[in-house]
Amino acid sequence: MQIIEESKTYDVIIVGSGAGGGMATKILSEAGLKVAVVEAGPFFDPADPEQMTQLKWPYESPRRGASTIRPFGDFDTAYGGWEIEGEPYTNTDNTDFKWFRSRMLGGRTNHWGRISLRFGPKDFKRKNYDGLGDNWPIGYEDVKPYYDKVDKLIGVFGTNEGLPNDPDGFFLPPPKPRLHELFYIKGARKSNVPVYPSRMSMLTKKINDERGVCFYCGQCSRACQVYADFSSGSCLIFPAQKNGGQVDLFVNCMVREVTTNEEGEATGVSYINKEDRREYKLKGKIVVLAASACSSARILLNSKSKQHPNGLGNSSDIVGKYLHDSTGSNLMGFVPELMNRKTYNEDGVGGMHVYSPWWLENEKLDFPRGYHIEMWGGLGMPSYGFGFNPNDLNKYFGLKVGGYGNDLRKDVKKYYGSVIGMAGRGESVAQKENSCELDPTKVDEFGIPILKFNYQWTDHEIKQVKHMQDTFEEIIHNMGGHVIGEKAGKEQNYGILAPGEIIHEVGTTRMGDDKKTSVVNSHQQLHDAKNVFVVDAGPFVSQADKNPTWTILALSWRTSDYIVEQLKQQNI
Amino acid sequence: MDRRKSLKSILLGGVASGLAVHGCNPKPESAPEESVLTPKYNYGRTPKEAELIAELLEETFFNAHEMETIAVLCGLILPSTEELKGALDVQVPEFIEFMVKDIPEYQPTLRGGLMWLDHKSNSDFNNQFISLTGEQQKQLLDTIAYPNMDMPEIERPLEIQFFSLMRNLTLTGYYTSKEGIEELGYKGNSPNVWDGVPQDVLEQHGVSYDEEWLAKCVDQSKRAVKAEWDDAGNLLT
Repeated sequence: MQIIEESKTYDVIIVGSGAGGGMATKILSEAGLKVAVVEAGPFFDPADPEQMTQLKWPYESPRRGASTIRPFGDFDTAYGGWEIEGEPYTNTDNTDFKWFRSRMLGGRTNHWGRISLRFGPKDFKRKNYDGLGDNWPIGYEDVKPYYDKVDKLIGVFGTNEGLPNDPDGFFLPPPKPRLHELFYIKGARKSNVPVYPSRMSMLTKKINDERGVCFYCGQCSRACQVYADFSSGSCLIFPAQKNGGQVDLFVNCMVREVTTNEEGEATGVSYINKEDRREYKLKGKIVVLAASACSSARILLNSKSKQHPNGLGNSSDIVGKYLHDSTGSNLMGFVPELMNRKTYNEDGVGGMHVYSPWWLENEKLDFPRGYHIEMWGGLGMPSYGFGFNPNDLNKYFGLKVGGYGNDLRKDVKKYYGSVIGMAGRGESVAQKENSCELDPTKVDEFGIPILKFNYQWTDHEIKQVKHMQDTFEEIIHNMGGHVIGEKAGKEQNYGILAPGEIIHEVGTTRMGDDKKTSVVNSHQQLHDAKNVFVVDAGPFVSQADKNPTWTILALSWRTSDYIVEQLKQQNI
Repeated sequence: MDRRKSLKSILLGGVASGLAVHGCNPKPESAPEESVLTPKYNYGRTPKEAELIAELLEETFFNAHEMETIAVLCGLILPSTEELKGALDVQVPEFIEFMVKDIPEYQPTLRGGLMWLDHKSNSDFNNQFISLTGEQQKQLLDTIAYPNMDMPEIERPLEIQFFSLMRNLTLTGYYTSKEGIEELGYKGNSPNVWDGVPQDVLEQHGVSYDEEWLAKCVDQSKRAVKAEWDDAGNLLT
């Protein structure tokens, strides 16, 4: 079958429409450039009633919200998950990396936790402190102006606390803590763990005339119909179109590779249209990859040519290497003082109102890097699983567990809202061997070679997670609670979650000044092809104990400004 | 004015909609087969997801006798009272029929457990479970309704696992129904303005807000005033 070539030539082709792609779309189109956005999933607008799950009741789903199909439940707004039919990946022996993909306009920004943390000055220069990994070629001062702009453009609530490695910003005011969060504050402080208002990208206050203000349904994971939380479509791509930007959206189009010319520079992309299953070519002067760290690495590795026999941008053989996700572990507790609750609407924003940023100095610890603590609890909306094991907590009072009949109603009500949970999200040290590469034996249903992962945690991460678990246990006790279940021991690596499960994978096209040890320069421009940029989390040298999205946004904006400037100077 | 529209006009006053989309079929030509979802299950689905639900609703797993037995069990696990609805009032057996198709891993436990139940009824009382007297049914359930908590669930006898699963499905089916949610007292899933824990609740649980912390929080009377900051990041509005 012949490949169909579009006659139009775009100034910029952006692959992917999540945080990085959305920001590049906005900045580049508003600079007057003709932009094509190529997205592997369908069009999605949180305000479209046909696709809406926000404010639905559990009984509006026949499975009552169970996670049979969507891994975070039937109402979650990610089209995809760790497993997607027709789009497999493999792991090398004895390793287990889980790759989450969301195939839709806006990508994972439609359902993410909205925890919006800037990296701090130390986070860009960790090697200076512990000798491990590598420093970024840029520092906080390079990114700060962009973090500031992102805060103002998108909106994030939080507070200026003057913390050394959790910088101040331009925050909207945070919501008041919920009841279980007051208990957490009390318990954590007893353990000398500081607690602050969380930093999340929901609008607790108006920021412009286009977006609504949070109405506290607690369902940001379902994407907000009044655009009161950050999703790439609603906050970046639609506004770019509305402001007159020349943006052509190509949805359900899966990019196969970046095409190049005799000089080895990009000429555009080829993609498979999922609807007619045919291959097309798009021409562009500049290609911006924003397909997510592993997808962008895959596209580069698949872009083999005479000029780039090892894949585009891969003369260093570094594409796909240094893949790293956040560490993670969880623990639940039962707090008897939270029993027998009077009910009221405490949905709040979709997520925690308080959190604990990393608070210790590593000199006194047996592991490098840190983690932050997220917590949950409260009088949430019942969903599939609510009412399971309705009186297991009886065992803490020496009462019988099980039974049937109307007493179960009393048990359900008595314990409603008395269970809390904590989750640690920490920084792992990037390892060259932890990687993705092409699996030459397999292709996906579009005929595109797939990825094979190889990822193992080191002792650093396992010791860090042990510290998390000990801290959680102590805080639960200080809240007057009991740990639910057994705390994971050494043989289970202290309950560390599999890499990829936290969905903060970064590092596969890492940034550096030396083209032998990095893929992109400090402007996220390929060392090997000056008209190709990567604006997802691939360029991260290290990932900090922070969620990556705010840094993706800031760096994508910074790179977009650089592209505009380079075009003006006719350098690309 | 429907709820969604009024919500929009109250909170937003005009939302970006009907934006021009170009390129290759930005939106599927046909709406994602709305017809396959009954109005009861009207929520955002991709076409593939909607098809799967339609298929599952078409299929039948339990036979009539099994469904009858499930109904009797649901009635025993969560009977109605004079004031309150029970599992049978909110179609919990139908929900269980759906779930056993949606999560096929449940099938051997549920189907096998139902067989065990009739076998045991016949051995002890010479009749199938649904034909026993209420007293006899309870006598039988008492032997499987109280798991040994010192034993991990997967090591417990099948009949114990079966009853635990039946209880779980019955309760989750009930408490995710309209009536169950009302009884529980869950008050959310509706637009509102969160302004902290009510004072009487704080007192009941013996906690209070820090003045210092509260001072940082949103003043909800100014939520509609556009945010502006000074150069140092202090909110001015």
